[in-house]
Amino acid sequence: MRSGFKHKLLSGLRRFAIFLLVVWTVVSLVTLLIELVPGDPAVSVLGEQATPEQFEQFRQKHGLDRPAFFFSFPRDAQNQRHFQWHGVHNRYTEYWVALLHGDMGRSFRTDRPVSELILERYPATIQLAVAALLFAVLIAIPLGVIAGKNRGTWIDNVASVIALVGISLPGFVIGPMLVYVFAVKLGWLAPSGRFDWTDLILPAFTLGAALSAILTRMVRSSVIEELGEDYVRTARAKGLSERTVVYKHVLKNGLIPVVTILGLQLGVLLAGAIITEKIFGWPGLGLLLVEDGIGKRDYRVVQGCVLVISMTYIIANMLTDMIYRWLDPRIRVS
Amino acid sequence: MNRLTIVGLIIVTLLVIVAIFAPWIATHDVGATNLSLRYLPPSAQHFFGTDSTGRDIFSRVVFGARISLKVGIVVVTVSALVGTLLGAFAGYYGGWIDRIISGYVFNVFLAFPGLLLAIAMVAFLGAGLNKLIFALCIIGWVGYARLIRGQVLKVREYDFVQAARALGASDARILLIHILPNAIQPLIVQASLGMAGAVLSEAALSFLGLGVPPPAPSWGVMIEEARDLSTLQAAPHALIFPGIAIALTVLAFNFIGDGLREYLDPRQRSR
Repeated sequence: MRSGFKHKLLSGLRRFAIFLLVVWTVVSLVTLLIELVPGDPAVSVLGEQATPEQFEQFRQKHGLDRPAFFFSFPRDAQNQRHFQWHGVHNRYTEYWVALLHGDMGRSFRTDRPVSELILERYPATIQLAVAALLFAVLIAIPLGVIAGKNRGTWIDNVASVIALVGISLPGFVIGPMLVYVFAVKLGWLAPSGRFDWTDLILPAFTLGAALSAILTRMVRSSVIEELGEDYVRTARAKGLSERTVVYKHVLKNGLIPVVTILGLQLGVLLAGAIITEKIFGWPGLGLLLVEDGIGKRDYRVVQGCVLVISMTYIIANMLTDMIYRWLDPRIRVS
Repeated sequence: MNRLTIVGLIIVTLLVIVAIFAPWIATHDVGATNLSLRYLPPSAQHFFGTDSTGRDIFSRVVFGARISLKVGIVVVTVSALVGTLLGAFAGYYGGWIDRIISGYVFNVFLAFPGLLLAIAMVAFLGAGLNKLIFALCIIGWVGYARLIRGQVLKVREYDFVQAARALGASDARILLIHILPNAIQPLIVQASLGMAGAVLSEAALSFLGLGVPPPAPSWGVMIEEARDLSTLQAAPHALIFPGIAIALTVLAFNFIGDGLREYLDPRQRSR
């Protein structure tokens, strides 16, 4: 009993350490990415025509006049590189300190706090991701169960091919095609925007399609595996109907691996949302990242968006891991 | 072999032929715009019709195969080589390299959506084909390293490897002659699925304007150009043909990867 608790504590601590490591890496990556910008960010934002005073003011305001990191290797007069220590007053530590105060800097373009811009857009992205997830689960479970129950028959083959096609059709192909059919041809739905609840249908379908295909395959093989277990024979021998056996017993056990995949796929969903939001003009984080951030070279906005999307993903993964452990006691013990 | 695998192999073979002989297959200049020929439907003159600036879509799809395959081949080759090398090294020698790679890199890369990292890198580096390939390699090698490390850990303990070691074979010989050939099969599966992933990522990044800049005939760029409402209204074929090209290519590599995996894993075969 005591060793069990110790084990639990250790594995919990280990997972927390990995979590901190991941967060540290993501924040470091995001802060150092701006060093990749070819040339001077101030020039690329303000343009070549700006006056030296404007450049100076811009750099000072956004902290670009400070050294990037604790140390650097600048060239001296003889064009030799040498080590130079800058101390803690550098952009890297400043970004960390600000971040811990909930401050992600100010937009290079609009001068508004990045955290404010992100908070405005965040609910739309979550709404889209959750709708896509629900949609995918609603399609995948019945389709996967039917395919698994009738494995080897034409029903199974059709379901499997549909699933593979779904995986291979990317959102940026399905999305515009849906716009063509439902907005341009039939005129039933709006091609873009987020005004009415019906505006959610096409983006959610586009984003959820690939996930529903992956889940269908997952549910199918899970159902096939569980149907071969002893408890299924027992349940059948008890005289339970096939319906009860499949939906009460098999599905309950078969869904455990599906939960893990769901969590892992949430990241794919968040990254996919960037593309889906662009297709449908859905005003979420993805659109903020692509149009306001990357499109207008507003690097602070890019940093903030990448950071928030990754953090959402990391936290979702951690929650999945916890649910998974809770669902399947075998993992808790081992 | 699985029927779908054969379908996949046929599609990929056709694709390679189209990419190699693109200048002879294409019927028009891929860059030649002619506004009087815009939005033409598919015909004997223009097999796939023309786009919003009057360019021949068939020729652009044909040349697009070159971009897709180039990205796929370079990304998969580089990622597989780097991943195999580091994965084998980490698995075979263990030690601090293994601790960094399996303890840190695997955990961190798995906790980060790959496409987002690629988008972020290209966003700061600036768009372009080579930068896109670089970004996809950075996120790509980890999968191969993980796979090979696992295989090496497994095969390392086999009797024949122990026997080779007892006979005095060098580490390099054991790794190259005894361990790697046994780890190569799952690598081929991974590479095939990796091709699908790379083709998809290239198209996605080009669609976002982060890949090959227009007017290059990348399928992703073509879809981006075809999706504004006036083009959709007048020429839906401008969207459909590059869309089919992407879907078929990705589907073909997925078919091959899936088929090979089933073939190599008898447990999956019996299912």
